[in-house]
Amino acid sequence: MNHRRSPEPLLWMLFSSGGMVAALMLPILLFLFGVAFPLDWLTPPTHAHLFAVLRNPLTRLVLFGLSALALFHWAHRFRYTLYDGLQLKRYAVPIVVFCYGGAVVGSVIAAALLLTL
Amino acid sequence: MTVYERPVHLLWWLERRSYLLFVLRELSSVFVAWTVVYLLLLVNAVSDGPASYQRFLDRSGEWWMVAINVIAMLFLLLHVVTWFGLAPRAMVVKARGRRVPPRQIVAAHYFAWLVLSAIVAWLVLR
Amino acid sequence: MADEITLEVARFRPGEDTEPVLQSYQVPLREQWAVLDGLSYIKDHLDGTLSFRWSCRMGICGSCGMTVNGDPQLSCATFLTDYAPGPIRIEPLHNFPVIRDLVVDIGDFMDKLPTVKPWLVRDVHSPLEEGEYLQTPEELEDYQQYSMCINCMLCYSACPVYALDQDFVGPAAIALAQRYNLDSRDEGADERLAVLSSPEGIWSCTFVGECSAACPKGVDPAGAIQRYKLTAATQAIKGLLMPRSRR
Repeated sequence: MNHRRSPEPLLWMLFSSGGMVAALMLPILLFLFGVAFPLDWLTPPTHAHLFAVLRNPLTRLVLFGLSALALFHWAHRFRYTLYDGLQLKRYAVPIVVFCYGGAVVGSVIAAALLLTL
Repeated sequence: MTVYERPVHLLWWLERRSYLLFVLRELSSVFVAWTVVYLLLLVNAVSDGPASYQRFLDRSGEWWMVAINVIAMLFLLLHVVTWFGLAPRAMVVKARGRRVPPRQIVAAHYFAWLVLSAIVAWLVLR
Repeated sequence: MADEITLEVARFRPGEDTEPVLQSYQVPLREQWAVLDGLSYIKDHLDGTLSFRWSCRMGICGSCGMTVNGDPQLSCATFLTDYAPGPIRIEPLHNFPVIRDLVVDIGDFMDKLPTVKPWLVRDVHSPLEEGEYLQTPEELEDYQQYSMCINCMLCYSACPVYALDQDFVGPAAIALAQRYNLDSRDEGADERLAVLSSPEGIWSCTFVGECSAACPKGVDPAGAIQRYKLTAATQAIKGLLMPRSRR
């Protein structure tokens, strides 16, 4: 049994680092932009301010890393949820393509958006 | 030899509370992905100019969008609690030859969470 | 306190039954009686045809694992009074083929266990005259919890991943592999890597955590598996970056 070329270790690394950054960073971002500003608990920043923050290369780098890793976190977890939760392991190939393919496409879109800002 | 093999129910995770909690924890990843999509829509709107940003703010105030985001927020918190809670079992940290107690590892995660959240909030709101 | 309690015991007679049927028995409800004592009472006084496994009656042999009211338990360490007024449902361990009544076929676990080499592996054994391999209390602490495993298989019974995929190496075998990997006297980690880091090894585990909740000896197989994932992933990535440095 030789599985040294298995992609699982790499995928798991992406999954777990994604889970960590998602836990650390996403709640505050969703709280501000998805809950607090829409419900008028806090005043949303002006366009000029947000644009300036997003233009900073460090912000863009962090946002790209956060988006890509969080998407790979989703891909890996959702893949196993479909395998075990819905017993769909026999459709492993389309599931893998959908999950990790989705994460790759999402990461490319994130990179494009952040680079053309 | 005839043996009996118990069939696994398709929705086996409804049979035990702990299994259900596990599946909800795994489903939190869907809301992690949703949050990324939502933030990228925000970046796109900011990138397109003030009018587009205003449209994003208006749409984010619609009741169904708020409903989605409140549910997503609850799942993100479930992710935070379960992720930090399980962290000390997946990692063994040693300091000066001694194992750092699990509680301290969990506490360190929450501390980092608070600090990072404060930095993000300060950057956005200042 | 009532002086009797009802035990609903799953009966499966191969060749006669197509699936287990519950049969009720009244047994004395005594404070110091475990579920196993109730079953022994049935066997001795009510129905000699009931089959179940047991040996030590003190939570160390690992042979009396059963499903008690839906939870995997050692029947010698589960007391009748905790379930009063009853009834108590006693079924064979889940996730294993049932041979008869409460007896399950444990062949799958027995086949898997040696594949992870749960013993001390040395490249070169030092001569006997040099004495024992010494170990500090800290080194002992690294693996001690995993050495408490009694191979009772409650963790396999609790594991939904094993229920769905019988190829999964499973909680106890991986925890026992870690018991030796983390032992300062052992040099077999490389030999265990192939089986443990195969898709049927650690990567199938989704950290449901029920194996650790079920363990009667306080072992944390789920934690052991996640720790090993980190080790295996670090090694794999090192191997990718420095392909020649592997020994």
